[in-house]
Amino acid sequence: MADTPTQAAPKEARDPEVPSVSEVVQELAKIAVLKVQNYAKLSFRAVANFATAPRYLDDTLQQMDDIGVGSLPIVLLSGFFIGAVMVLQTGAQFERFGQASLTGDVVSLALVRELGPTITGLLVAGRCSSGIASELGSMLVTEQVDAMRAMGTDPSRKLVTPRVLASLVTLPLLTTISVFVGLLGGMVASVFSLRINAVTFWQRAIAILQFSDIMQGFSKTMVFALILSTVGCYQGLNVSGGTQGVGRATTQAVVVSSVLIIVSDTFLTKLGLFLADRLF
Amino acid sequence: METSLSPQPTILPGGTHASIEFQNVHLGFSEGEILRGVTFSARDRETVILLGETGTGKTLLLKLAAGLLRPDSGDIRVLGKKISGVSEKELLEIRRQIGFVFQEGALFDSLSVSENVSYRLHEDHVSEEEIQPRVQEVLRFVELEHTMDMLPSELSGGMRRRVSIARALITRPPIVLYDSPTAGLDPITSQTIITLILRLRDVYGVTALLATHRLQDGFALANFQFDPQTKKVRRDSSPAESQAAPTRFLVLRDGKIYFEGTPDELLNSRDPYLQRFLI
Repeated sequence: MADTPTQAAPKEARDPEVPSVSEVVQELAKIAVLKVQNYAKLSFRAVANFATAPRYLDDTLQQMDDIGVGSLPIVLLSGFFIGAVMVLQTGAQFERFGQASLTGDVVSLALVRELGPTITGLLVAGRCSSGIASELGSMLVTEQVDAMRAMGTDPSRKLVTPRVLASLVTLPLLTTISVFVGLLGGMVASVFSLRINAVTFWQRAIAILQFSDIMQGFSKTMVFALILSTVGCYQGLNVSGGTQGVGRATTQAVVVSSVLIIVSDTFLTKLGLFLADRLF
Repeated sequence: METSLSPQPTILPGGTHASIEFQNVHLGFSEGEILRGVTFSARDRETVILLGETGTGKTLLLKLAAGLLRPDSGDIRVLGKKISGVSEKELLEIRRQIGFVFQEGALFDSLSVSENVSYRLHEDHVSEEEIQPRVQEVLRFVELEHTMDMLPSELSGGMRRRVSIARALITRPPIVLYDSPTAGLDPITSQTIITLILRLRDVYGVTALLATHRLQDGFALANFQFDPQTKKVRRDSSPAESQAAPTRFLVLRDGKIYFEGTPDELLNSRDPYLQRFLI
């Protein structure tokens, strides 16, 4: 009876090598948790290294030059035109109600609280997070990171910490410049398009700002700097699959850091508004 | 209770110390176990040649010896200190006693040759006045003094390996690990590299692990000596010289030590697998 083909048990028919769906999901979840854990460890070590020697000041200055000065042209250019576009878009609406002079208020608040930090963060992430990932990834596949370790150097101190510190110092400065240039762009657009007096625009743009607005923007840039630098370093130092892997890591660095910046922005905005109500 | 860094060198027959010691070392990755219980030791001033097919774990053994990888199980001791299971911070200190010559040189491509060679001295905050003559000395040793200001991208493959040897040599480490130092090089350049390794052994008395596919590299190290007096390589070392700086072969197969012995024992082996290396 057991020999008849129709009585072949389903369990026996299944290939024991093929994992079940739940096993695959479990495995993927484990890999995801491991990645988050490794990323958290790398980020924590990078920040904890600030407190103890050895410190690589030359490397940090070099990274500041690369991340800060190197990103200046795109930040200036995009900042100016974002400010101008903001004025053109909002000014047209305000004009309908005869309140065109409010344009300066709105553009200023939007740039300081939101657009300045976020756009600058995304631009620097696109330029530097990918650069960091490809540089470190190339070093990894050519065994330069191993060579560094073999010579008694901790790569997290030599490679990661200077990049994180440089980002933390330069991104707020870049954001400040971007906001200023954005207001300039807004002013030019409002003068030529809305016929608003430049002094009026500027006075309103400054007067509307409160300390909480500046703090909200500043705290965002610090978080974004941490995200774009640590994601770039993590992707670079976890490259697998040779030069093809370096390309993948570079793309991943931009995608992951950009998404994290946008997602964290939502929560930081909510937190910033909450704290502004309570503290200021 | 044993402390992880307590010096406990193994005393080998003949009273010499083991500079490197592997005890039942296992290491695996997602694709399976690569090393399955490797046990061997290299005594002071000994050169151990690691032979084996591609993928048998020669490079892994070197990286384990340098603490760049951690074994899944088993003990590894370097200069009497247990390195398996110690923290990365402690490993960084131990690695300063080890020179590592990577397969492709692994030179820092954004630094010049002299900056590459002096890297470790800068890390140790040695004064510039002291660094300059030491860099010149080691680059003279590898006959590349004229390349000091060049970038690694401007060097040939053989020159990069020689700079890598100079970089490993700068702090005069008692142990040097060579990962396929002649792989992909022409016979003349390979000979230059082997001569350098001979000089390192016979002038500085380093203990070495050398991973290679090329049997002739191992036999060259076993049969030749560098004479510091005449500064020439000569054949047929005396028994005393062979005893002072012996060469031993380890053949890896299926994640285990398949053969361990002297060059003569390997040469006279009738084992069919070992015969394949000798053809």
